[in-house]
Amino acid sequence: MSLLEVNNLKTYFYTLRGVVRAVDGISFHIDEGMAFGLAGESGCGKSTTALSIMGLIKDPGKIVDGEIVFEGEDLLKKTKEELNQIRWKKISMIFQGAMNAFNPVHRVGDQIVEAILYHENISREEAWEKAEKLLEMVGIDPSRAKNYPHEFSGGMKQRAMIAMALSCNPKLVIADEPTTALDVIVQKQVLDLMKELQKKLKLSIMLISHDLSVIAQMCDSVAIMYAGKIVEYADAISLFKEPQHPYSKGLINSFPNILNPGKKPESIPGQPPSLINPPPGCRFHPRCPFATDKCREVEPHLVNIGNKHFVACHLIGG
Amino acid sequence: MNLVSTQLKKAESIEISPFKEKLHLLGRSIKEFWKLYRRSKIGLIGLGMLLFFVAVALTAPLISPYDPWQRKTGEPFSGPSKEHPLGTDDMGRDILSQIIWGTRISLLVGFIASLSATLIGVTVGMISGYFGGTIDNILMGLTDIILILPTIPLMIVIAAYLGQSIWNLALVIAIVSWPSTARIVRSQTLSLKEEAFVEAARSIGAGHIRIIVSHILPNVLPIILANTVLRMVGAIISEAGLSFLGLGDPTHQSWGMILYYAQVAGGFIRGAWWWIVTPGVCITLVGVSLTFIGYALDEIINPRLRQR
Repeated sequence: MSLLEVNNLKTYFYTLRGVVRAVDGISFHIDEGMAFGLAGESGCGKSTTALSIMGLIKDPGKIVDGEIVFEGEDLLKKTKEELNQIRWKKISMIFQGAMNAFNPVHRVGDQIVEAILYHENISREEAWEKAEKLLEMVGIDPSRAKNYPHEFSGGMKQRAMIAMALSCNPKLVIADEPTTALDVIVQKQVLDLMKELQKKLKLSIMLISHDLSVIAQMCDSVAIMYAGKIVEYADAISLFKEPQHPYSKGLINSFPNILNPGKKPESIPGQPPSLINPPPGCRFHPRCPFATDKCREVEPHLVNIGNKHFVACHLIGG
Repeated sequence: MNLVSTQLKKAESIEISPFKEKLHLLGRSIKEFWKLYRRSKIGLIGLGMLLFFVAVALTAPLISPYDPWQRKTGEPFSGPSKEHPLGTDDMGRDILSQIIWGTRISLLVGFIASLSATLIGVTVGMISGYFGGTIDNILMGLTDIILILPTIPLMIVIAAYLGQSIWNLALVIAIVSWPSTARIVRSQTLSLKEEAFVEAARSIGAGHIRIIVSHILPNVLPIILANTVLRMVGAIISEAGLSFLGLGDPTHQSWGMILYYAQVAGGFIRGAWWWIVTPGVCITLVGVSLTFIGYALDEIINPRLRQR
């Protein structure tokens, strides 16, 4: 059974300039102990998906359709209190830009303690001990719990954020761009740590990133998002080896290939479309070198092309 | 070096209660604050001047040579002399004693008025900025209305309506001076509530009040601090102005009231400069000292202003 199943999720933002269809009917699932990667360029709805799952969509945003099934229960039908019980205890989140996810005026330890005390009925001293243990687990000296966030380095803050995300033993951790703004070496340390913790604690991870190399390194299955929709969804190996959708191909080609150093990375021409007025038909057609008349008119749906590899493109499969 | 660090570790590993620990933290930050403050000459001068006036206010019964209300301590309208260093008024009351006792009232009204203005301003600003929408529109509408009304006439009207007492004076000054604080706090809150740590707190399960009090307020406080000190100057001057116009509390002698009596009893016409100049100088000095302190605080809080 999958731990989390997202079906036809639609999250729209009702702004003065029109309805922004940030997430427009996406479906995926995450199995227990597995890592799922959500990739795509900035503004394609990755973070909105994460916030929808956490139930943190704020006005003027609204989840208009779909279901988010976690352990067999639809999170969208839960009350605020019930959601508070699930949040952090079962699903927690590593926020984008951990640099700012700690309040500068409170000590790091106190902030982890706050998270623990909201969900567990233990004394402050016990919670503090637990916070120190968590920090130790992510490789930070426990005595540093008494430090303020500005006394931490970027990588340490990120690791402390991971410690905070794990503070209530969640089953699923959503990591929203966990390594952006970190240099490559620290990035590797953080990813290795997450991998190790995933194995040790049998976590499921949903990893959001625009960095395909990060996703390739971490994930079992991958979805590529474009303009609020999933365009390709498969297990990591087949997606990176044989990308089908022109957009996925473009994304993968726009990265330098370490095995083929002579080849220059290619860019995808054009701009991501406006999500208020997305192009009709396939949303990628204005930028797609292979676009046909059909692509301009008919919206493609995800089709299984075998081996659980799904693609939404008229040129492939059907 | 090694010895020091092991000692530090030892000291830190000793278990202390959370309350004592917080106290220790507070002590540490005050020490660090003082270290920064000390570097500002202007701040030290201001602090010295203010402390002098505070000391005068606190020790008024001990240092004032006469009872400020007692008549015929000397010849009426007599200039500075040995018995009366600052002369006497129309009824022969000692002006130095009046100034000393007046320090109390002027400072008290100034403190209370600026603190309450800050309290109202912070509350309104944070609620307005945090919740937004209709609440924001209503509160900011109110703020704007008070902001555009001319303050002096408004204060006169409210003061005349409420009646004469020092508490009403403080209240009147607070009522007209909170809007600018509310504006500053609102703008800060607007940007703070979008910070990742507020989102994180929300996802952990913190409620609105918890987020406002524990996550946003501490980040707003430093900005308010300098603002409050500078506001005190305005409050003390407003108090003097209102009292001079006859809206002060006749049972208390503030610096403004001394000027008021001097005006009504002919001090100005008789050229009794000692009666008029001293309260003015005192008001100016306190104003200058608070402004100096405000500048020094501003420099600490806004490191870009800091000169190295």
